[in-house]
Amino acid sequence: MVALLKVKNLRVEIPTRRELLVPVDDVSFEIAPGEILGVVGESGAGKSLTGAAVIGLLEPPGRVGAGEIHLGNRRIDNLPYREIRKIRGREIGMIFQDPLTSLNPVYTIGRQLIETLQTHQDLTQSQAKARAIELLQEVGIPAAAERINQYPHQFSGGMRQRVVISLALANNPKLIIADEPTTALDVSVQAQIIKLLKRLAADHGAAVMLVSHDMGVIAETCDRVAVMYAGRIVEIGEVHNVVERPNHPYTQGLMAAIPRLGGKDETLAHIKGSMPRPNAIPNGCAFHPRCPHRFKPCDRDRPDLMKGQGSEAACWLLQKEKANV
Amino acid sequence: MSEQHLPNITLGRRMGEAMVRFARSDLLFSFVRQPVIVLAFIITVVFVLAATFAPLVAPHDPFDPATLNLMDAFYPPAWTEEGNESFFLGTDNQGRDILSTIIYGSRISLIVGFAAVVFSIVLGVLVGLLSGFVGGWIDAVLMRIADIQLTIPGLLIALLVDGIARSALPSGAREEIAIYVVIFAIGISAWPQYARVARSGAMSEKVKDYVASARIIGTPSWIILLRHVLPNILGPVLVLGTIGLALAITSEATLSFLGVGVPPTTPSLGTLIRIGNDFLFSGEWWITLFPAAALVALVLAVNLLGDWLRDALNPKLR
Amino acid sequence: MSDALLQVKNLSKTFDLTENPWLTTATGGKRVLLPAVDGVSFEIPKGKTFGLVGESGSGKSTVARMCVGLLQPSGGEIGFAGKRVTSPGGGRGIGRGRLQMIFQDPFASVNPRWRVVDIIREAMRAKNLSSRDQIARAGALLDQVGLTAADGEKFPHEFSGGQRQRISIARALASEPEFLVCDEPTSALDVSVQAQILNLMKELQNELGLTYLFISHDLAVVSHVSDVVGVMYLGRLVEIAPKAKLFEAPQHPYTRMLLEAIPRLDLKERHQESVVGEVANPLNPPKGCHYHPRCPFADKRCKKDDPKLRGTDGMAVACHGVEEARLPAWKDPTLQPA
Repeated sequence: MVALLKVKNLRVEIPTRRELLVPVDDVSFEIAPGEILGVVGESGAGKSLTGAAVIGLLEPPGRVGAGEIHLGNRRIDNLPYREIRKIRGREIGMIFQDPLTSLNPVYTIGRQLIETLQTHQDLTQSQAKARAIELLQEVGIPAAAERINQYPHQFSGGMRQRVVISLALANNPKLIIADEPTTALDVSVQAQIIKLLKRLAADHGAAVMLVSHDMGVIAETCDRVAVMYAGRIVEIGEVHNVVERPNHPYTQGLMAAIPRLGGKDETLAHIKGSMPRPNAIPNGCAFHPRCPHRFKPCDRDRPDLMKGQGSEAACWLLQKEKANV
Repeated sequence: MSEQHLPNITLGRRMGEAMVRFARSDLLFSFVRQPVIVLAFIITVVFVLAATFAPLVAPHDPFDPATLNLMDAFYPPAWTEEGNESFFLGTDNQGRDILSTIIYGSRISLIVGFAAVVFSIVLGVLVGLLSGFVGGWIDAVLMRIADIQLTIPGLLIALLVDGIARSALPSGAREEIAIYVVIFAIGISAWPQYARVARSGAMSEKVKDYVASARIIGTPSWIILLRHVLPNILGPVLVLGTIGLALAITSEATLSFLGVGVPPTTPSLGTLIRIGNDFLFSGEWWITLFPAAALVALVLAVNLLGDWLRDALNPKLR
Repeated sequence: MSDALLQVKNLSKTFDLTENPWLTTATGGKRVLLPAVDGVSFEIPKGKTFGLVGESGSGKSTVARMCVGLLQPSGGEIGFAGKRVTSPGGGRGIGRGRLQMIFQDPFASVNPRWRVVDIIREAMRAKNLSSRDQIARAGALLDQVGLTAADGEKFPHEFSGGQRQRISIARALASEPEFLVCDEPTSALDVSVQAQILNLMKELQNELGLTYLFISHDLAVVSHVSDVVGVMYLGRLVEIAPKAKLFEAPQHPYTRMLLEAIPRLDLKERHQESVVGEVANPLNPPKGCHYHPRCPFADKRCKKDDPKLRGTDGMAVACHGVEEARLPAWKDPTLQPA
């Protein structure tokens, strides 16, 4: 299947007075229609910035330094502001973390839905209202025809997030970018929202980029997952491969560090040290100072993504195995 | 224990560290990139230094009757035809060198302005801290007092306080303590805004976990207030203070101009403007213009510095 | 139990959220009351970890704060080593520093204007040590939590979130406490840092014989650290059980729902039919059993009567359905065929 979103060698730069920071460095991935790609990483890994770069919402002085982003057969990273504005909301829908601040508290949700519908589509007021009620029903808001006139604060957290999802889906976008959509929600609501996202992605045939720090959410929701570390993708592949048989030492460490229900061990495996900040990224492989398996090339040459068993990982160990085999 | 395990922090070392932190800071960075601010800073420093070292800097001592000569009266500025080189900005009706009077006058203006601001900050912060931290009816009462005071223009309050003090005090003492009365009057008129800022700071800090931790440890409330909360709310207060300094100087000038400020024996810039006013329409313009220009320059410079400080310290604007 | 270090009996806390209390009562208006904690009882034996888990509105943080004396209970009492906890840090008869707390937000839990060494030294107030000894002890504590004595010179903003949590732990240990209340200490941390901190806390517990009350919304974390787990919902304790029993055979419908709702890494398809609804508004909890609107087994009695916590041998459930033995056996969802 032809990919809908193609990100090639994306590089995000933030010039500060002291130095040039590169929080996202040579990131490439593709998402096909109907597919959910998870982007997982710890804080500072660059996953939110990657999402922001795709939508064109990088806060200045941040900018796309290099690389290309293609949506369908159109390149979107170098478009003027007016063009990007048309795409956002029409072809790309966005879901952010905090439903409280994603919705404007002084307008009814009906008004916000109708506004986005009429901005991007040629609908009359009543047509837009009917469509808005349909959307609310689709995301599971009970009594949608009455609740459409209510304000965001009259909804609970989970309901608000459903409203945000309906806003993102309003114009049938081809691509949805969700940045930590369940982090602020209770566990039981989180499960419901995950189910909803999966169903809607399948129904609408949209490509979804799900950014999260929670591997459990990713494992439940996504088809493929990209693991980011210090601005780079260190592993990418189908979710069951990455979770059950990770190839990259960082992913292995991460999986071992996650507490599991009913786990037997007294201590959790953990990775010594912490992720480097964008102004202190080591040479060669960014993970090498913390890696229990590092060897000669790791501190000199930066590895690209290489094929391993199942997933691809940016690790010299994979080449070493191939050489030994 | 080896030296490594017993850090011994001397005051000098702490100050040195603070200076290094400042030199590398964003604050200094934004400062040197704005020429207007650098100019404002230089002007302020010049004023402060001149005022501090007035006896050394001023070409004459304008308030020593022995050096005054009525024959020197009404000289225009030195660059005009009738000017006199030794009186650069001219002289007034009593033969006092205008430049020297400005230097000595700035001294009074700065002392009164600075003391008044310090007084309002101390009073306002103490009230605000107590109000915000303790809450309840103490907060309600103190803030209503502040609200009531805020409905009356500051200058009127200063005039009122000044007037009451003057009539209440024995006339002999008036001259000596007039300056303290002025400081008190201006200080009292400005405390509510610092109280408000300190109060909102205290309210947001008191729910933070480090305060809860101090309570669990057993730190008494007043120590929590002064050693934990106070350092964290000083930022906005000090920014307000720099702008407040400009206001205090202006207030003092206004009071002195109206004749109810500092006594005429220790004239401030405002007094000088008043004196010069009498001669404005008889053609001796320099007697009022130069003190007025000096006042404007000083207040503007301090104001600009205050604005810059507020913007530079605002994390959201960085 | 005689060896219980902490005993909580019938603890309640109601917050008065009325905007203008005097005005409202004067005009006969209704007060807005939040029953955050309603009749909670449990015990923690010395040297063990009691995990208290719940979602938003459960009241677990309020319980934590009452246990350490930061909040006064509206009803019930808290006993520490036989004495009542009445004020922050303990109260009359309880020596200073025997109870301590670690907080959730590593950024707000240390004073950004103080040096780390002073932050730790403050906690040593009760011990009459000279300045020199205090500084030395602070350095030793920093070593113990995985930092260095030289870090005492620095300010908090020079440290990462995980390191600040270590500083918090060092501060908590400075008074040689016996009991530590940990309010979501790793919720704000990344997974790998969380693992480091949890391991550190386990180590310290073994070394120093500490007793923990561990609050979290994350069942997996709680399952890892606790000996006994208590589940709270809208102010009430609905189930208590030893860790293994709780996860193998949960009895209360809410506990079962939580176990079904948690995202798992084993990726098998599972049924989540009971995961419905959201936590009700804590200001107006449902009458009778608070969970009945979401419970697949609720009947008429559930809508009227408050269930009481009943059980033996360290296991208890507050559920009419369990009492009447009409709930089906629980099937572990991860053992379902795909």
